Amino acid sequence: MEIGFLLISIIKIVAIIAYLYGLFWAMGHSSKWVKIGGVVLGFAIIQAALSVPIGGSTILNNFDSGLLFQACTMAMVALGLNLIYGFNGQFSLGQWGFYGIGAYTAADITFRWVNGDASGLFVVGIGVILGGIVIWLVGGFLRKYRRVPVLSSFTLYLVGSIIAGAVALFIGKSIAQGLVGMLGTAASPGPLNSPIAMQIVFFLAIVFAGIFAAEISFLFGLPVLSLGSDYFGIATLGFTIVVNVLMVNSDTILPFPEMKGGRGMIGIPKLTTWFWAFLFLLAVIVIMRNIIRSSHGRAILSVREDETAARAMGIDIASTKLFAFVLGSLFAGLGGAVYAHYIGFLSPGTFTFLVGFNPMIIVVFGGLGSMTGTVAASFGWIFFLEGLLRVLLSQMGTEAPTWRFVLYPIALLLLMLLRPQGLLGNIEWGFLKVALVKRTELAQEASETAASG
Amino acid sequence: MSTSEVKKNSSPVLRIEGLNKYFGGLRAVNDFSLEIPEGRIYGLIGPNGAGKTTVFNMVTGLYHPSSGEIDFMGENIVGLEPHEITRMGIGRTFQNIRIFPNLSVLDNVCIAYHPHAGYGVFDAVFRNPKFGEKEKELTERALDFLSIFKLDSICNETAKNLPYGEQRRLEIARALATNPKLLLLDEPAAGMNPGEIVRLMEYIHFIRERFDLTILLIEHQMRVVMGICEWITVMDFGEVIARGTPKDIQTNPRVIEAYLGKEASHVA
Repeated sequence: MEIGFLLISIIKIVAIIAYLYGLFWAMGHSSKWVKIGGVVLGFAIIQAALSVPIGGSTILNNFDSGLLFQACTMAMVALGLNLIYGFNGQFSLGQWGFYGIGAYTAADITFRWVNGDASGLFVVGIGVILGGIVIWLVGGFLRKYRRVPVLSSFTLYLVGSIIAGAVALFIGKSIAQGLVGMLGTAASPGPLNSPIAMQIVFFLAIVFAGIFAAEISFLFGLPVLSLGSDYFGIATLGFTIVVNVLMVNSDTILPFPEMKGGRGMIGIPKLTTWFWAFLFLLAVIVIMRNIIRSSHGRAILSVREDETAARAMGIDIASTKLFAFVLGSLFAGLGGAVYAHYIGFLSPGTFTFLVGFNPMIIVVFGGLGSMTGTVAASFGWIFFLEGLLRVLLSQMGTEAPTWRFVLYPIALLLLMLLRPQGLLGNIEWGFLKVALVKRTELAQEASETAASG
Repeated sequence: MSTSEVKKNSSPVLRIEGLNKYFGGLRAVNDFSLEIPEGRIYGLIGPNGAGKTTVFNMVTGLYHPSSGEIDFMGENIVGLEPHEITRMGIGRTFQNIRIFPNLSVLDNVCIAYHPHAGYGVFDAVFRNPKFGEKEKELTERALDFLSIFKLDSICNETAKNLPYGEQRRLEIARALATNPKLLLLDEPAAGMNPGEIVRLMEYIHFIRERFDLTILLIEHQMRVVMGICEWITVMDFGEVIARGTPKDIQTNPRVIEAYLGKEASHVA
C-alpha cells in the first residue's frame, strides 16, 4: 500500500517534469505552429487528466488538482523572487507580503461582487490606474530635477498615491452605487452576476491585484532599495510581518469586516480553473523570459554581477533594481490572486513570514538565476512536500506533520551539500535557453572590412 | 605625433582644479589639479596609496569630492551620478578586473550599449519588430566591436573562464563600447608578462587612433608609462609632486625619493 503511494507520487513528479520539458521545448521551437500546438496541447493534456473520467475516476483527482494550482501560484511567486534575488541579486523576504496583498485584494473584489457590491472592483481598478498615472507623472516631474533626495521623492510619490486612492474611492463608490440593481444579491444574482460576467470580473480582479501589489512595491522599494543588500533583506522581512499583522487585524484597524481578521476570509468564489492558472503562469514565464533576454534583462543581470562596474557602464542601478523589484512583486500579486480563488478561503496564517521562506527555498533549490529550475522546483516541491509526504506519513497518524518538517529540511541540507548551485544550476530548457550567437557570413565579412579599414 | 599636435590648441577634455578628498581625518587627495588636452595619453603615477585611484573614482563619480572642480568638455561633472558621467563620455577600467563574470563575452559588451538600446520594456515583452531590429543591430555592433579586439570567436564564452590577458582586453573593449571621449585606464598592465605588455602598448596606441580618444592611465610598470605617456603627473601622499614629460620625470629627484627613499635620491 505505502509502496504503491510512493510509486504513484514519484511517477507524478517525473511526469510533471517531463511535461514542463516538453512544454518549454515546444514553446522554444522555431515554427509558429509547433509553438501554438504545444501550448494548446499542454493545456489540453492536464485539462483532460483533470476532467475526463477513466474507469470511474480522473487521472488527477481533486487532491492533485489542488496541488497543481498551488504549484502554479507558487511558481509565479518564486519566479518573481528569482527575478529579484536570482537575477538582480537583491535578497528579499518581502515576496510573501506582496503575495498576500495580491490574494486579499483579488479576493475582496470578487467577494464583494458576488455579494452585490461592485465597489471593490471599481475602487481598486480606478485606484491602480490613477496610481499608475500619478507615479508616471511624478517620475517625469522628478527627472527634471537632479539629485532629489530619495526620501523627498518618496514623499512626493506617497502623497500622490494617497490622493489618487482617495479620488478612486470617491469615484468608485459612486459608480458602484449605480450598479447595485444590476448585480442583485447573493441569493438572487442580477444580470452582471452571470457566470460569464463573473469570469471577466475574475480576470480583472487578478490583473488589478497584481498591479496593486506592484505599485505598493514601488512605493516600498523606492526608499528601501537604497539600503545595502543585507539591510534590504531585513527591511523586506519587516514588510512581510507588517502585512501579516494588518491581515490579522483587517476587521478592526482596517475597514474590511468581510476579511474577518485572524478568523480568515471565507466565501470567496472558487473561480480558479486550470485554464486561468495555466494562462497566468504562462504569461508570467513569457514576460519574464522576454525581459531577461533583452537589454533590460542584461542591465538587471549586470547589477547582480558587479554594481560598481554596472554603474561605470552607464547603468542606472537604482532604477534597474526598482524595476526588477516591482516586476517580481507584480508576479507575486498575480500568484496570490490566483491562489485566493482556488480554495475559497484565506487565512493570515498562510501569510506569516515563516511560510514566506518557502519561495526563497524553492528559488535556491531550483537554482538561482534559472527560470526552468524555479518552475520545476515549484511543482516538485509541492508534490514532494504536500503530496508524497502527506500520503506516506498519513500511515503514522498525528505525528506525520511533525516528521514531514524533519525530512524536508534534511532533504534541503543534502541538496545544499551535494549541489550548492541548486538542482538545475543555470541550466535552461527549450524556450528559456539563452540563444547562442552564430555570425552570419555577411556580418563576418563586414567585420573583417571594418577591422582592416 | 602630428595628429595630436593639431589638436593641441583646442580646450582641454578634462580639467581638474583644487580637488580634495578626505576620508574622515585622512587626506586621500589634496589640492590635485590636472588638465588634459584632447587626443593625448597622460599618465598618473605614484607609490601605492598615493591617491591615484581615488582621483579616478572622483572623476567617474563613484566618490564625491570634498571640494574642488572637475570639468569634462567644459561641463562641471561634480555631483553627477556615475552612470550619467559614463553617458557623457568617460569610460573606465578597474585596477582589479571587474568584468561581469557569469555573463557571456558578448553580453558584457552589450550591457555597455544598454543606454542606447533604443527600445522600451513593452517592446521587449511583446517582442515586436522594433525589438528584433534594434536587438539585431545591437548584437551586430557588439560583434563587430569584439572582432576589433579579436574576441568575437569566443563571444559565447562565459567571461570568468577567459584567461587573464583576454579578461583585461574584454574590460577595455567594454569600456570603449560606452563610446567614451576620455578613457581612464587603472593599471592596465597589472599582472601581465613582458610580451603581453608590449601588445598592450600597441593596443593603447591603436585604440587612441581608432576611437579618437584621450587617455589617462594609472600604471606602475615604468616600461608602459615611459613608453606611451606623453605627459606624466606624479602623486605621493595625495599631493602632486611632479609633472612633466617622461624624460623630466625620470630624473626628477623628488620622484626618485618618493619611489626609492631619500638615500637613493642622493645616489642618483
